[in-house]
Amino acid sequence: MASLDDLKKRIASVKSTQKITKAMKMVAAAKLRKAQESAEKGRPYSEKMNNVILNLSSGISDKENAPKLLAGTGQDKVHLCVVMTSDRGLCGGFNSNIIKKAKSYFSKILDENKELKIITVGSKGNDQLKRIYGDKIIENISFKESKNANYFDADKVGKIIIEKFEAGEFDVCTIFYNKFKNVITQIPQAQQIIPLNDEGNENSSDESYEFEPDEDEILSNLLPKNISTQIFKAMLENSASEQGSRMSAMDNATRNAGEMVDKLTIEYNRSRQAAITKELIEIISGAESL
Amino acid sequence: MSEEFKIEIVNPEKSFLVKEDVSEVVVPAFEGEMGILKDHISIISFLKPGIIKVSSKSGDENYYVEDGIVEFKNNNLSILTSSIYNLSDMDKSVQQDLLKKAKEEAGKLDINDQTKYLVDQKIEVLKTLN
Repeated sequence: MASLDDLKKRIASVKSTQKITKAMKMVAAAKLRKAQESAEKGRPYSEKMNNVILNLSSGISDKENAPKLLAGTGQDKVHLCVVMTSDRGLCGGFNSNIIKKAKSYFSKILDENKELKIITVGSKGNDQLKRIYGDKIIENISFKESKNANYFDADKVGKIIIEKFEAGEFDVCTIFYNKFKNVITQIPQAQQIIPLNDEGNENSSDESYEFEPDEDEILSNLLPKNISTQIFKAMLENSASEQGSRMSAMDNATRNAGEMVDKLTIEYNRSRQAAITKELIEIISGAESL
Repeated sequence: MSEEFKIEIVNPEKSFLVKEDVSEVVVPAFEGEMGILKDHISIISFLKPGIIKVSSKSGDENYYVEDGIVEFKNNNLSILTSSIYNLSDMDKSVQQDLLKKAKEEAGKLDINDQTKYLVDQKIEVLKTLN
């Protein structure tokens, strides 16, 4: 059995860990509120953008000459996957969930003998993926300096993707991120952004629009922006998910630490009592023998 | 009957401006300034750098934008833009910053005609602000 001193030290160390996890939970909760708010505020933009593009693409008569960002290259050989994770750990299954989703997608692609290219956003994803897919990662982007997800960063990622697309480096682009449902549930998502998947979202009105300049020109201007917008949306969802996930992970950790302290305290008291009893027995039996 | 319609300006971070009682909006559309009144035909267009002028009962407001998309439908005007500034509380230093950036961009050799046009436009508008 551990000595009294050892137990005391362990109790103290678990308690101080508990303090840290508790503080992290508080911080995550505060950040979560902010992140959730900005995720909600960011939604109208991406929704409107989607609507406009839907309206536009339904207006395009000549599907074959549609911009490639919308229709794709007509091939399906090289897949680019953008895996978006966090830069910090201690957030429960947040990063592993995205990675798991991405990995299953990767193996599917590789099984079909297609080429795979990976861009990681956030250092945690890069850490986990580079062991197995190190040779496939073509770029690693990290925004450690920026505190909150901002459009400027998203635009940077978007520009990189478009540049690569225009250079003919890939045919299909998919982004991986966690969609924020609520504090305990985040759903890992795979969303194809090139070519654009108009997932049967046919609520576009029949109303005809006037275009100025023509559809093609507006589309070719709009589509690159849409990429950045989708990435920004993913970043916002991700940051809300990260904080939510961290909050529940730290909540669990705090509770576990509490249980551990209780258990250790009982053990401590028990062995202290045992020591006292032992001492008493020794004294009594010593007195009797006289 | 009222001659008012609804305007909504959104940027990626939030809804920038929502107003229900707008009587006229002038936007710097790509092919020239465009005034929008109530019951305008449904239209989609995109913006070049310039000034958006919003007239309503409570007075005129001016916003500087660098890019964006306008959509007008059923007397709802939506403007999507990634960079918008309210002119009345726009700092001189912000203007100078933007002007400097634009000039740097214009100095690059490898830009195509369209971006060149947009950047020149930006510089011109920014200059008039000062």
